[in-house]
Parts: sequence; structure tokens; C-alpha cells
Amino acid sequence: MPSGAPAILVRDLRKRYGDHEAVRGLDFEVATGEIFGLLGPNGAGKTTTVEILEGYRVRDGGEVTVLGMDPGDRPRDLRERVGIVLQSCGMYRHVKVHEAVAYWAALYPGARDVDEVIEIVGLGEKRDALARTLSGGQARRLDLALALVGDPELIFLDEPTTGFDPAARRAAWATIRRLKELGKTVLLTTHYLDEAQALCDRVAIVKDGRIVVEGPPSTLGTAASRCQVAWTDADGIRQTREVEDPTPLLNELTTAALAGNEPLRDLTVTRPSLEDVYLELTEDVDAAPSEPAA
Amino acid sequence: MSDMTLAWRHYRLERRMFWRNPTAAFFSFVLPLIFLVLFGAISDDDQLRIIVPGIAGLSVMATTFNALAMQMTFLRDAGVLKRMHGTPLPGRSYLAGVLGSAATNALVQIAIVVLASRFAFGLGWPENWLTLVIFTLLGVSCFAAIGVAFSYVIPNFEAAPAYTNIIFLPVIFISGVFYDVEKVPTFLHDIANALPLVHVINGLQAALVTGKPLHDLLSDLAVLLLWAALGAVAAVRGFRWDARGS
Ligand SMILES: Nc1ncnc2c1ncn2[C@@H]1O[C@H](COP(=O)(O)OP(=O)(O)OP(=O)(O)O)[C@@H](O)[C@H]1O
Ligand SMILES: [Mg+2]
Repeated sequence: MPSGAPAILVRDLRKRYGDHEAVRGLDFEVATGEIFGLLGPNGAGKTTTVEILEGYRVRDGGEVTVLGMDPGDRPRDLRERVGIVLQSCGMYRHVKVHEAVAYWAALYPGARDVDEVIEIVGLGEKRDALARTLSGGQARRLDLALALVGDPELIFLDEPTTGFDPAARRAAWATIRRLKELGKTVLLTTHYLDEAQALCDRVAIVKDGRIVVEGPPSTLGTAASRCQVAWTDADGIRQTREVEDPTPLLNELTTAALAGNEPLRDLTVTRPSLEDVYLELTEDVDAAPSEPAA
Repeated sequence: MSDMTLAWRHYRLERRMFWRNPTAAFFSFVLPLIFLVLFGAISDDDQLRIIVPGIAGLSVMATTFNALAMQMTFLRDAGVLKRMHGTPLPGRSYLAGVLGSAATNALVQIAIVVLASRFAFGLGWPENWLTLVIFTLLGVSCFAAIGVAFSYVIPNFEAAPAYTNIIFLPVIFISGVFYDVEKVPTFLHDIANALPLVHVINGLQAALVTGKPLHDLLSDLAVLLLWAALGAVAAVRGFRWDARGS
């Protein structure tokens, strides 16, 4: 994992809207050069957290540092080094794609090449189209272009690929991986767990304003639950077992199969996917409120 | 880039987008002409000398106060202000570009009124060009700043026309747009005198019709400067990117 001062540091972050506590004591760090994912159900507090880090919202408690600065002060230096894709926001209706990207580019000290960025997000054919004529997914690509054109060190992506077709999503993933190769830091929220799995070095699953689990997506599965072994037995009946460690069971099954000279058919061993872990952890159990596991 | 350069760039973007919506542009420029034609048809020359500066003042207010109150509320509701707020563009530069664009529209309208009164109504050229320029610019700055500041009070875009008209219509009524302001009852007259439009119209009347010298218009200038300063502070300080608290 890349070292150095963390790009983002969040300590005991709190935010309430009226009497609704949207964020209830979040702690996390994002290292420079890391892709960090915030996952969690609708209303969990992801956007609230991200918008506090972007300087849009005022926190009620806790400490927040972004690139060494307090985003609450909205320093211009910080805004020049950060790119933002908001979960939802609008665009001037009568501006052309290339005009918008060029206008944005001029706002930043070391902007990238305008046409290159338009190509990267796949809007080359639409460069002369008015923003209001773009389809939902194309408008989202323009959002991404505007966030990238300033060549930011840190990029906030709040559900960046919502509305993308599968090819566009893959292309966006490639773009985001490329950002990482260039040493950029990315804070991403998404409801697509394959996206988190494909992109994120670490994820935190947020529920009701608290982090319930945090870690690299691949290890969350092993940490949280058992694996499932399934096979079809000699009588043609499908068998499944859930075990902590599949080794003894597999040994037993293969030994029996070899001894009986029966093939072990349709054997599968599956680790719970990130999705399984996610569903298990964010399930609404009205029973005893669980302690935050982070 | 310097704040000035960014303001200029934003001004150019606003102008380009304005002309991309040609029917809206057309009707906003036709409005004072319609008023002039209607009143020209029913008024004699003496009345025209009152009404022409009145309509010029009304046009200044409509293209700046009304237009900006609506536009800023729309941009806020549409999330465009939120997007701009996340960029390094300084709020000052943004507002300067927006105000400049509204001012351009107001200048075009004043030009239309001047040309129409010369060629359609035979009222002659303005008596005092300097006064015309000063009062137009001051009126524009004043109403543009107040329009932006007023948008912060408007809860959402659906409410914007009602909010703007509840100010605009009574103000043009009590400020003597369509008749001699001296005929208005005293208490309304006092209210009108505290507001900017009367003073814009006084200045424009001096410039277009009476030729009253600038040094007789100092109190009008003072009131307008005060409103412009208050409006500018409120427009910059009060800025919000969303309707609800953040
Ligand atoms: N401006 C606001 N005023 C009042 N309540 C708000 C405001 N913004 C968010 N909330 C509430 O705070 C909670 C967290 O909202 P937030 O947008 O952070 O969720 P999220 O995790 O981003 O959800 P989603 O996955 O749907 O985007 C929600 O219950 C929401 O209703
Ligand atoms: Mg959200």
C-alpha cells in the first residue's frame, strides 16, 4: 500500500439534519494513491460524508483533513487539487460538450488536454452536442470529464457510473485504474459491488452513519463468514455444506469418492462474495442493535 | 488565471448561452418595444416624456432584477450552482460574469428605447449622454446585485415568478413608470423614494428628456450607490448552492 501522509483523514465525523443523525462517528483514512470505496444502503450517509470532505456541507463534529487542509475552510488551493463527481447536479443546458470541458480546464492551473479528456470519457462523437441533448449516461460521462480535466490529485466519485451501459462502465473502470497508476487518490461510492471489487484497494461498508466493516474487498468475505461446498452425491442428490475451513470436508469427500470409485460430480467450493457479505452486514435486523465492528 | 480573466471568461460563456436560446432573447428585447408601442398609441407628447424614461427604467429592472432572481433560483434548483461551487472559480468572478451579462441585456434595451423614441415618436436624441450612461450603469449594478441577493430568499424555482412579481409589480406601480410620480399619495411616494427605481427613472428622465444637470441629481446618485453597495454585499455574502441548509 502506498505510504506517506494520508490524502484523507476522518476522525469521529458527525453530521445531523434536524433531529436525524445522518453520520454518527465515522473514522477512516485514505492513503495517497489508494482507491477507497464507501458502500452501504440508501441513506447510509455516504454522500453526506463525501460532501463534507468536498467542502459542501458543514460537519457537526469530528476532524477532517483533505490533502492536509480542512475542507470546511474551502481553500482555493484545495479546490484546485480536487476533482468532484457529485451524486447529482445539473449542467448549463445551452453549453456544448467541448466548450464545457474547455471552460473547466481554464479554471485549473495544470489542466489536461481538453480533447484527450473528451476522448477518454467516450464523448468524442458528442463534442459539439449541447449538454441538454445528452442522454443520461452521456451526461454522466461529461460529469467525469469535468472532474478529470483539471488533473486533480484527489478525485471524489459519488456513484460515478450510475446510468452507464456495461461497455461504458468497463471503460470508466479502466480510466479510474489509470488514475491510480498516475498516483492519484480516489474516494468512490458505489452500489455496484463488482465495481468496488474491481477497483477498490479497500472498502468500508457504512450503515446508519457508522462503518460496520472495513478492509480490502477480497478479505471481507473470509473475515465475515464460511464457505460453501456443494456436490452431487452417488444417488444424484445435490448436497451443500457450510464450513469455516473446507479442507477436512474436501479430504473426506475425495477420499470417499476414490475409495468407492465414484466420480465426485459438480463439486463447487464458493467463498461468499462481497455481495453476500454486504447483504449479510447491512440486513435490517430489528433485534438488538449491533455494535459497530470497525 | 486572474480573477478578472475568469470573470471575463464566465461573461463570455453566459453571453454564448444566452444567444443559444434565441426566442427567449428575442422576447426579452421585444418587451420594452411592446410597452412603447402601446403607450405611444394612447399618449400625447407630454405623457410620452414621462412614459419613455419610465419604460427605460422598467426595462433595466426587468432585465436585471427579475431575470437574475429567476435565473439564479433556476441554477440553484438545477444543481448548476452546486457544481460551480466545487471548482476553483472564485465566487466574485462568477458573480461578475453573471452581472455583466445581465447588464449587457439592459444596455441593449436602453439602446432600443432611445432609438425608438427618436425614430418612432420623434422625441429627439437624449439631452445628456453622460447622465444616461451613469444612471444606466448604476441602475443595472443596483438591480442586478439585488436580484442575485433576492434569489437567496426564494425557496424554489416554482415560487420564483410569484416572489419576483410581488416586488416588481408594486414597485413599478409606485415608482411612476406610467404616470408622473408626483401624483402618487405621499406615503407611497415615501416608500418609492426609499427604493431604487424612482431614482433610476429620475436620472433617465434627466438624461432623455429634461436635460437636468448631474449636480442636481446627487441625492438620486447617493441612494442608488447605497443600494448597489448593500446589494453587492448581500449577493456575495449570502451565496448558497442549495435551497436547504448545508
Ligand atoms: N440536506 C438534507 N437535509 C435533511 N436530510 C438530509 C439531507 N441530505 C441527506 N439527508 C438525510 O441524511 C441521510 C443520509 O443521506 P445521504 O445522502 O448521505 O445517503 P447516501 O448514503 O448517500 O444514500 P444513497 O445511496 O441513496 O445515495 C438520509 O436519511 C437523508 O434523508
Ligand atoms: Mg448518496
